[in-house]
Amino acid sequence: MILWLIPLFPLIGFLLNGLFGRRISKSLVSVIAVGSVAVSFLYVIALLARIWPVATPYAEHDFTWIQSGFLQIGFDLFVDRLNTVMLLVVTGVGLIIHVYSIGYMHDEDSYYRFFSYLNLFMFFMLLLVLSSNLLLMFVGWEGVGLCSYLLIGYYFREDFATNAGNKAFIFNRIGDFGFSLGIFLTAITFKTLDFGKIAAAVATMPIEAKAGALTAITVLLFIGATGKSAQIPLYVWLPDAMAGPTPVSALIHAATMVTAGVYMVARVSFLYDHAPVAMTLVAVIGLFTAVMAATIGMAQTDIKRVYAYSTISQLGYMFLGAGVGAYSAGIFHLMTHAFFKALLFLGAGSVIHGLGGEQDLRHMGGLRRAMPITFYTLGIASLAISGFPGFSGFFSKDAILSAAYTNAPWMFWIGAITAGLTAFYVFRAYFLAFFGSYRGHHHPHESPRIITIPLIVLAILAAGGGFINVPAWLSPQLPMHGQENGTAMAISAAFGIIGIIVAWFLYVARPSLAESARNALGPIYSLVFHKYFVDELYQGAVRKPVEGISRLVLWRGVDENVIDNSFVNGLGRTIRGWGALLRHLQSGSIRNYATWVFAGSLLVIFVLGLVGGLR
Amino acid sequence: MLLWYFGHMPTTYAETWFPVLIQILIALAVASAMIGLSALLGRHVRDPIKFMPYESGMNPVGNARERFSVKFYLVAMVFILFDIEAIFLYPWAVVYRQLRLFAFFEMLLFIVLVLCGFFYIWKKGVLDWSSDEQRRQQREAEIRRAA
Amino acid sequence: MFGNFQPASVEYLRFLPEILLSAFGIIIMMLEAVSKGKRTYLGVIALIGIAAAFAANAWAYFNGGPAFQNMILIDGYGAFFRGLVLVVGFLCILAAFSYLEREHAQTGEYYALILFSLVGQCILSTSTDLIMVFIGLEISSIATYILAGFLRDDTRNNESALKYFLLGSFATAFLLYGIAWIYGLTGSTNLEEIRRGLTQGTQPLVLIGLAAALLFVGFAFKVSVAPFQVWTPDVYQGAAAPVTAFLSAGPKAAAFAIFFRVFLTSFRPFSDRWLPLVWGCALATMIIGNFAALLQTNIKRLLGYSSIAHAGYVMIAFTAASQIGTAAAMFYLASYALMNIGAFAIISHIAGRNERHVKLEDLAGLGRREPVISALLAVFVFSLIGVPLTGGFFGKFYVFQAALNSHLVWLTVLGLINSAIAAYYYLKILLAVYMQEPATIAQESLPAPAPSLLVAIWASAIGTLFLGIFPSAVLSFASLSAAPFR
Repeated sequence: MILWLIPLFPLIGFLLNGLFGRRISKSLVSVIAVGSVAVSFLYVIALLARIWPVATPYAEHDFTWIQSGFLQIGFDLFVDRLNTVMLLVVTGVGLIIHVYSIGYMHDEDSYYRFFSYLNLFMFFMLLLVLSSNLLLMFVGWEGVGLCSYLLIGYYFREDFATNAGNKAFIFNRIGDFGFSLGIFLTAITFKTLDFGKIAAAVATMPIEAKAGALTAITVLLFIGATGKSAQIPLYVWLPDAMAGPTPVSALIHAATMVTAGVYMVARVSFLYDHAPVAMTLVAVIGLFTAVMAATIGMAQTDIKRVYAYSTISQLGYMFLGAGVGAYSAGIFHLMTHAFFKALLFLGAGSVIHGLGGEQDLRHMGGLRRAMPITFYTLGIASLAISGFPGFSGFFSKDAILSAAYTNAPWMFWIGAITAGLTAFYVFRAYFLAFFGSYRGHHHPHESPRIITIPLIVLAILAAGGGFINVPAWLSPQLPMHGQENGTAMAISAAFGIIGIIVAWFLYVARPSLAESARNALGPIYSLVFHKYFVDELYQGAVRKPVEGISRLVLWRGVDENVIDNSFVNGLGRTIRGWGALLRHLQSGSIRNYATWVFAGSLLVIFVLGLVGGLR
Repeated sequence: MLLWYFGHMPTTYAETWFPVLIQILIALAVASAMIGLSALLGRHVRDPIKFMPYESGMNPVGNARERFSVKFYLVAMVFILFDIEAIFLYPWAVVYRQLRLFAFFEMLLFIVLVLCGFFYIWKKGVLDWSSDEQRRQQREAEIRRAA
Repeated sequence: MFGNFQPASVEYLRFLPEILLSAFGIIIMMLEAVSKGKRTYLGVIALIGIAAAFAANAWAYFNGGPAFQNMILIDGYGAFFRGLVLVVGFLCILAAFSYLEREHAQTGEYYALILFSLVGQCILSTSTDLIMVFIGLEISSIATYILAGFLRDDTRNNESALKYFLLGSFATAFLLYGIAWIYGLTGSTNLEEIRRGLTQGTQPLVLIGLAAALLFVGFAFKVSVAPFQVWTPDVYQGAAAPVTAFLSAGPKAAAFAIFFRVFLTSFRPFSDRWLPLVWGCALATMIIGNFAALLQTNIKRLLGYSSIAHAGYVMIAFTAASQIGTAAAMFYLASYALMNIGAFAIISHIAGRNERHVKLEDLAGLGRREPVISALLAVFVFSLIGVPLTGGFFGKFYVFQAALNSHLVWLTVLGLINSAIAAYYYLKILLAVYMQEPATIAQESLPAPAPSLLVAIWASAIGTLFLGIFPSAVLSFASLSAAPFR
């Protein structure tokens, strides 16, 4: 089986739609886009059937890509148990979302543009997942970032969409800077970027050489992950990224791309295992991101923003899992999260679609009768994310929390409380949208079948996905250290249920209480509502000073005075002077030229024959 | 005498150089025959052009920087090309006995290639001293003069 | 004594690309003589001929070896350059269709001359004997002299051809004289035997140096290395744009191929004596090319100087005198050929009838009028500068890497400074294309580029980007092939 075919199919889809999409019908565009992903998905299934049970990695070397000194980087792809999970999630969820997009994007003008970007995204994401060295992974990593930028700014005629795209791009760039430094340091330390070879080199490395280099590498790589996976301090782009179409939010900014950071950490877990400081950093950052994003999520009124903060929060959980050494739990949560979060977004999309573009929770309400399928599927997703026993989120979240308890009980407690907050704000949004009375103007209607069928498929996965025992599947590769902790499971589930009950109480049973609670909390509410003023902080502390320094010192001072006037122009004048001199040699007269050739020959003969010969 | 000569290989000095002598004699005979016959049989015109020194049809007196028709160059070039190609036959002839059929076909190929070149210049009109149009005009002028 | 002179059939097959090219060239000449009306089909025949030669070259590579009494040798190195010049010829014919149509010069001679010139370059790429070197060089040169003056009624073409011819034959005389000296010194014209003959130590070093110097002059002229670069700007500016594209890519690559082969085979034992000269020539070539290009306003002339500068970079790889140096030069010449043909093809399109618009200011506002063409031009210009993701970047990268590996730190630094200076005049092109308003209001609108031209441009662009993104495919072949030269 040829591995490079997997990403090739979406790439072909991208090329076809990108080049000819304008000229062909919408239905053909959808056939190409969805078909290419479907072929990819089926191919992955066929591949896995062939190499089941993936006991050893299935690798393939296609060609040597870059060769320079000691560094040899191949276009190498491989499949092992870890990226099997990712492959299935990316192609499977990707396929569902592609199908959903046919219905959702139906009325858009540049329909083909959307699908070609989406296919390009699939190509880069599969490349990221399949690559067996860091640089090729970085290509995929940058590629998905590009597609994310393009799709956030899909409505490029709107200012907020282009601004959000730029914001995402710039924050990712900061992270990528760290990531690329990490790659450089890896190349210098290990003389290779191949995962297998690095792992072998780490194993034989002398113990005293490990600490410094490995900590530096892992921290730098983690900086990359904080950008891509929206962790503190680089998380601020993700809520704004909701400016893109909802399927994009579901696919890129919930299910797949933003989890690339978690995947990357799990992929190089053999480095993290030897860098305890970096591990702690990952766990702490993950935990705090989870809490902070959850609290912000409680006060948001835009349904997509609520889910965006919940994504950040859940990603924090995954990093918590990875940070405490339970990589497989993190990947497990990554998978279940892909199911229920994709469902949440697609459900939200269905609501928005049914309400003619309305995203504000304050203008919804009582939709459960108008949109029954959306109502039930979104309910399942909300239960799953809340960690309600039996639903997928329950198993994966508790795997993480059990591991956290083994590592440090305080992490467990904060995580459990966050689980309660999560349940609260998710159900707050759910109740505000579907219960009570309708507060909007547009006439609500259920979405067409092309939208609801993906919802139902995802609902089944979100409900039952927890029974796929990912940690057991990954255990040969990423063993879990702690075992299941029944008490911890019970406690976090209880927090979740409490959160749901509180939300029900505040938003269904006694809606007036919510208002008074908000008033009572006053300043705290305002702090949370304004997202802890982090955007403003960045604006004031980073952007303004940098802009000021750039303008006054660098631009006017250094650039104009020093570089432009004395350096560039001075040098330019000198060089142009030389150029003018040389131009005179080129008189155009053939006699002069012949003289030059003759003189040159004499010079060469003199140098080679006499000087070189006599030496 | 000639039959005797070709009958055996030359052995003495005189025999070796005998063909050269014959060649000299033939050359003298042909040259003197041509001059003598034209003096005897030719029409005798005595005008200034006739008494000009012969310079390949050019006026030998006058501005040295005269412009020549490009046709002279074309013909000269073609002549040199074919001449040089003909020179290739000499070394070929020397080794022909040893190489036999191989050399024969090689030379055949070479001649064909030369003929291709000949065909090309012929079709391109290099060998036409003047175009049909010019010839027609010339003839008309002559007819006018005669009339 | 002549029994073994008859070549085996495999030797003919190794020589098949040259045979095919000659046959197709002659057929085109014959058809040209008899055909009336449109001649475009002759170009198609030429393309078929080149494609066939390319296939034959691939076959010859897999069945490599010497042919004709060690006169030529089909190794990876030779096959690489033979393939390269064939690609160059192919693209230059494709790019010329619409140009010749526009200039009313659609004749079979153009295609035939390109094919004949390719024959010479193929011979140059594979020859291991100085006699063959001379024959190849002459076949290639004579055809290109005529190509330079192809538009007979254009005075610029005439000037270009005359200068090229006079100076070229002047330099060839040096080469021939050098060959005679070498034969006098060693009694052989075979490169390996010359090396053996020279290393016996019976010949005075001064004489060896003189012979090498004469050969050096001949080759340096053909690759336009200082101080023999004077002809380049005038010839490149004067010749028709597709011809210039061909001149700057094909003959140059082939001449470099034989330059490297002769000096790194026959004169390798004396390299410490001639490498300082190559060092100096490399530096002088870069400086003269880049600095003189700064003030040019004519794009063709600017690219002519830039071509001199690029020859200087290849000379850096030459100075490295190592396997990776030779491989770097091979890679560099391949990427340079593609980007230069692309750039000249675009210029031939923009220049308009009679090549009136070849000034920098004629490019003003092109970005708005022709976004696609401008974007492709940008690709080529970026590659000429050496921006990553283009073939030009990896070309320079490998050249400088080879130089550093041979401890040529100063040459590397000076080369890097030079390539930074070069960015200035290349960016002037893009500045005009994207930043300047059109000078004249009534800019005549360009006709849509012909499909054949577009194919040539796109193929060059894709090739340039391919070399920039996947350099290893070509580089690994080049390093493998460069093994004999170190």
